[in-house]
Amino acid sequence: MNIDSVDIVTEWDIVAARQLGRNEAKKVGFGTVDQARITTAISELARNIYLYTGKGNIAIKEVTEGNLKGLLVIASDEGPGIADVRRALEDGFTTSGGLGAGLPGVKRLMDDFKIETVVGEGTKISATKWLR
Amino acid sequence: MKMRIPILKLKDCLIVSIQWELDDQTAISFQEDLLEKLHTTSARGVVIDLTPIDFIDSFIAKVLGDVINMSGLMGAKVVITGIQPAVAITLIELGIRLENVSTALDLENGLEKLERELEG
Repeated sequence: MNIDSVDIVTEWDIVAARQLGRNEAKKVGFGTVDQARITTAISELARNIYLYTGKGNIAIKEVTEGNLKGLLVIASDEGPGIADVRRALEDGFTTSGGLGAGLPGVKRLMDDFKIETVVGEGTKISATKWLR
Repeated sequence: MKMRIPILKLKDCLIVSIQWELDDQTAISFQEDLLEKLHTTSARGVVIDLTPIDFIDSFIAKVLGDVINMSGLMGAKVVITGIQPAVAITLIELGIRLENVSTALDLENGLEKLERELEG
């Protein structure tokens, strides 16, 4: 199992995270459309960390489940947490004036999406794309 | 590591080919450079070709959308060309609508479209 990660502190780290994601997606064998989905999802998650939390981490890991192979992206931070997760997952909800497409977009780009958040402690988002 | 995107002038149009993945700073510099170039050349149209670009996130989409609206304020029309299938799919899935944006398959079609729009 490969685990790679990038700390997200500056906007350059967003570029580093998505480049890592694209390389890993290529290695796993994803086609160009899924590579673009994964890269875009990572870019959005990394930008959320950069915009809202100041510091966090994007970890990318190859996973298997039975015969399925996939790529797991974990975005974690020790930021303020998300007070209203249900609303954060609604289309069009933003607290930054509409800069990011937000979590619903990431959810649509990936296959599995899980969010764990504690107000005042941080957020961990796990999103997986499975190779078909 | 800051790079600038070259902006070429052809007759009364500007041509931009974005050749590499845009980071935030390059995208913002590009916005300013393009508007400045419109101002100094009095160009009436712009073609922005994205053929080599294999992903666009919400930030780059917003910068592109903004630069199109800003160019419009200055009296210039913008045509976007060369959006790859993977980019079109991910933009829509992400929930981004580049509304009222003029697009064409490639640079050649984009220039023709721009000429028609400028004449009409």
